[in-house]
Amino acid sequence: MAQSLDRLKERPSQTAGPYVHIGLTPNFCGIGGVYASDLGSAMLNGETKGDRIDLRIRVLDGTGTPLKDALIEIWQADANGLYNSPAEMRGAADPNFQGWGRQPTDMETGVCLFRTIKPGRVPFRDGRLMAPHFTLWIVARGINVGLHTRLYLSDEEKANAEDPILGRIEHRLRVPTLIAERQGDTYVFDVHLQGEKETVFFDS
Amino acid sequence: MAERGSNRSPETGAFFQRDRQWHPPAFTPNYKSSVLRSPQKALLSFDNTLSELTGPVFGHAMLGELDNDLIHNFAKAGESAIGERIIVHGRVLDERGSGVPGVLLEFWQANAGGRYRHKKDGYLAPLDPNFGGCGRTITGEDGSYAFRTVRPGPYPWPNGPNDWRPAHIHFSVFGHGFAQRLITQMYFEGDPLIWRCPIVGGISSKAAVEALIAALDMHSTIPMDALAYKFDIVLRGRRSTLFENRPEGN
Ligand SMILES: [Fe+2]
Repeated sequence: MAQSLDRLKERPSQTAGPYVHIGLTPNFCGIGGVYASDLGSAMLNGETKGDRIDLRIRVLDGTGTPLKDALIEIWQADANGLYNSPAEMRGAADPNFQGWGRQPTDMETGVCLFRTIKPGRVPFRDGRLMAPHFTLWIVARGINVGLHTRLYLSDEEKANAEDPILGRIEHRLRVPTLIAERQGDTYVFDVHLQGEKETVFFDS
Repeated sequence: MAERGSNRSPETGAFFQRDRQWHPPAFTPNYKSSVLRSPQKALLSFDNTLSELTGPVFGHAMLGELDNDLIHNFAKAGESAIGERIIVHGRVLDERGSGVPGVLLEFWQANAGGRYRHKKDGYLAPLDPNFGGCGRTITGEDGSYAFRTVRPGPYPWPNGPNDWRPAHIHFSVFGHGFAQRLITQMYFEGDPLIWRCPIVGGISSKAAVEALIAALDMHSTIPMDALAYKFDIVLRGRRSTLFENRPEGN
């Protein structure tokens, strides 16, 4: 017998369930008066630096039906490519931008809308620049472990072409599953949970 | 760079790999909702980049006085929620066993009768006019947290013809890096419904299920007021950066 490593195990995930709104967006589901506003519902203030954009996201199940009970969180860098986080060692991020947002999908249409700014480029581990991207985290009834993926931007073709994460996708056919289509100042993105167009999900 | 109210130097190492055998898989057909919502292709694995190593900070200033008291945070003045009064407390730790400070915990649950305050919940058990069902708190320097609530009731749900959820509280947890983000559920010691639940049953290891069961903690009860349950939450640990692998030329 060797000494014990004394490591603990991460707690196993369990689904957020159909009533995730009660905990994470109570005002959205009619529980008023507990919190002044739903956390993460507004990402910008008048002082936030950067180009205003909207993300219009849906999550589709294996039949192509949009989920109406999902919840999406995004995490992104500021306009200069800095994260507002203690682990960011390269400099101070925009104090008027936390970089984190949370939205439920609409209960009728399944559409989820984020009003935010376009993120700057962040270096990969070896110093190469990653393309502007948003980290997405998706939970819902029927999803046992929160799904992690990224949203890249269709008008960043050159940056996308040299992005180290996109470059690791073996089946090049699947790269477009991570790229949101620009329509004016809105980027439209469908997450496919299954099927031919299944989104590339991450384990990182 | 934001301050987290701690004098530790920020940790920047990559997170330990997630043990996907320990978590439930995406596809658990006895939990029917997972069938059409489970990705089927292999996940893309890569070592954390800055996008996963960093994460949002939440300060204690955002908390309201009653945020960690579900007995009172939705109740009319002078009234309180109906049910068994309990305290849920514990620590948020990482896989190395260190307490994780500054962690935002959000929790939600059904009322004492097993009914959620949500338009999608049609269970015939009544709503409690004094119970909303949500709360939140932020861990202290040692990773500790506590909140008051009523013990939620078990409830039937449309899955099999007669499936019941064990009494449970949903937890949402932020670590220091977004890769630590976790949603899970807390169950109660001794509940026979735990081992019959198709959602719990997605977890294959008995030890992993037991890691989600809070223990009755008589030392933390408030006599003549509330029972207590202890529930520790473990998040992914970080690799040490003492001997980091640097690319050539750096
Ligand atoms: Fe539940």
